[in-house]
Amino acid sequence: MLYRENGQFKTTYAADQQIFTIAQDKWFVLGVVAFAFLAVPMLADEYMFRAILIPFLILSLAALGVNLLVGYCGQITLGAGAFMAVGAYAAYNFLIRIDGMPLIGALLLGGLTSAGLGILFGIPSLRVRGLYLAVATLAAQFFCDWAFLRIKWFTNDSSSGSVSVSDLSVLGWVVDTPAEKYLFCLGFIVVFAMIAKNLTRATIGRQWMAIRDMDVAAEVIGIRPMYAKLSAFAVSSFFVGVAGALWGFVHLGSWEPAAFSVDRSFQLLFMVIIGGLGSILGSFVGAAFIVILPIFLNQFLPALGGLLGLHISTAAVSHAELIIFGSLIVFFLIVEPHGLARLWAIAKEKLRLWPFPH
Amino acid sequence: MGFFIETLIGGLMAGMLYSLVALGFVLIFKSSGVFNFAQGAMVLFAALAMARFSEWANAALGGNSLFLANLIAFVGAGAVMWFVAWAVERFVLRKLVNQEGATLLMVTLGITYVLEGIGQTIFGSEIYNIDVGMPKEPVMMFESLFEGGILINKEDFIAALIAALLVGLLTLFFQKTPVGRALRAVADDHQAALSIGIPLNRIWVIVWLVAGVVALVAGIIWGSKLGVQFSLATVALRALPVVILGGLTSVPGAIVGGLIIGVGEKLSEVYIGPMVGGGIEIWFAYVLALVVLLFRPQGLFGEKIINRV
Repeated sequence: MLYRENGQFKTTYAADQQIFTIAQDKWFVLGVVAFAFLAVPMLADEYMFRAILIPFLILSLAALGVNLLVGYCGQITLGAGAFMAVGAYAAYNFLIRIDGMPLIGALLLGGLTSAGLGILFGIPSLRVRGLYLAVATLAAQFFCDWAFLRIKWFTNDSSSGSVSVSDLSVLGWVVDTPAEKYLFCLGFIVVFAMIAKNLTRATIGRQWMAIRDMDVAAEVIGIRPMYAKLSAFAVSSFFVGVAGALWGFVHLGSWEPAAFSVDRSFQLLFMVIIGGLGSILGSFVGAAFIVILPIFLNQFLPALGGLLGLHISTAAVSHAELIIFGSLIVFFLIVEPHGLARLWAIAKEKLRLWPFPH
Repeated sequence: MGFFIETLIGGLMAGMLYSLVALGFVLIFKSSGVFNFAQGAMVLFAALAMARFSEWANAALGGNSLFLANLIAFVGAGAVMWFVAWAVERFVLRKLVNQEGATLLMVTLGITYVLEGIGQTIFGSEIYNIDVGMPKEPVMMFESLFEGGILINKEDFIAALIAALLVGLLTLFFQKTPVGRALRAVADDHQAALSIGIPLNRIWVIVWLVAGVVALVAGIIWGSKLGVQFSLATVALRALPVVILGGLTSVPGAIVGGLIIGVGEKLSEVYIGPMVGGGIEIWFAYVLALVVLLFRPQGLFGEKIINRV
């Protein structure tokens, strides 16, 4: 009853090609975006912004990029952290080395640099497939880790090896309070989510999916594998690179290469797989799960220990966090191998029929 | 010349150690199609168990017999790895038969976290020593052949011997015993193996147990070299290029790949490293593997990948 497309007729081609063809979907998404823009800045406190909302937004942008590559084009990558690093350091260099470089310009140029490197490290995907490719992409990760640590030019010869960015401002709007930073990131993520959604509906997205489902067959029906795979690497790295630049500029402020280590790559892949491969919504759900769960465990476990009258040391808490985090990942993959986004799809199916049995 | 050969031999020995870890990957991938990222965590877990059991056994025996204490610890750690293998099969793999490779990969990452957490909760998170009585002092060899001779680390040499021995034993096990034959049958074709009455579940437990024992040996050797600590789990990342270089499905590939990567790493670090600021070992290994993959996408010894529509 609640979720029903009966009576929603499409009378024009434009109506048929809308992003959300079902009115409930459209209003729900618009409502969520409006809520995020208008209500959240008033409701959330500073801790919420700093610890949860801003990391969630930026990492969901990165997860979106990884999902385009892994979920839509089927090329598993373990090097996403490297492309975040490239985006961050490239944006930093553009910002400080070119006078009068606008902030948004630097972020996007950082993304473009990352896209270029993505194409370079995507070339092996033309020969190498599957798990071999996954391990091969780790080459990008370790190379970038090394390069940003050892090559001083990238870090502007900073003695400590860490770089920092201050005074973010866009056209006179100074982004410094947590709420402003949140809105800044939110603006980015809304635009990029729109781009991603439209890319996956367009020719290029369909080419990616054809390559994912069976690359030989895709080639036979006239899809150029080189163009499709490399464009997926480029677009994905662009998204991830912009996310990396935002992570460095907005979330961290000052950072060193360890911020984009191989753990970050695994984390991004977790988000995509737990959220749902080949699903825009899945990237957000996965990012929310991975960002919030450790914070929740961190707060919850000592409280639980206190309730039971046990004193749990910080080391024990961090180990318990690892155990619970790992088991939950295993649990979710067993219960729903297609990701949390699938649960949402199932829920919608149920809502269509509810309250009637058939 | 002497220096070059010294580096070369050092590389070969380091390579044997990588092979040991890589072997665990290959065993599991061959028989169940799972790319087991948890191999590094298994090495850490086994080494932690070994170190602590040995400590406790030694204390219980009054510090009289190091050998006996180590033997007890080895058996104990083996039993722990058997339990891990059983638990992984019973609670995880059995429920994920026929899932995609990426999902299985992520599951093993989840297992990694669990193992790291449990291992450090039970056995503690300090740095421990494993003392199996390996000689530490280096020896000079071939002094008559080269000026100044070649410095060889005895410990590395013994470790390489143990690794070679283990590979020989595994080969025998796979080729000559009924269980080994069943393992190979499962690796070839799950359904065909099932249809002639090979129990898949038990085979998987055995494979994970074998991989666990390999991890234990690797853990003992690495642990006595570097000390048992959390960073031991990252040896998996060092062994990954070995696996893809040699081929995911090939035991000899793991050995040869390990030797190539070991030598490549050491030579590059010594001869190219100073030019670019050093520390290039880890990515050099990956780039080396990547270059080989460009020519042979299945690795040096892997089964040829045939694409059918």
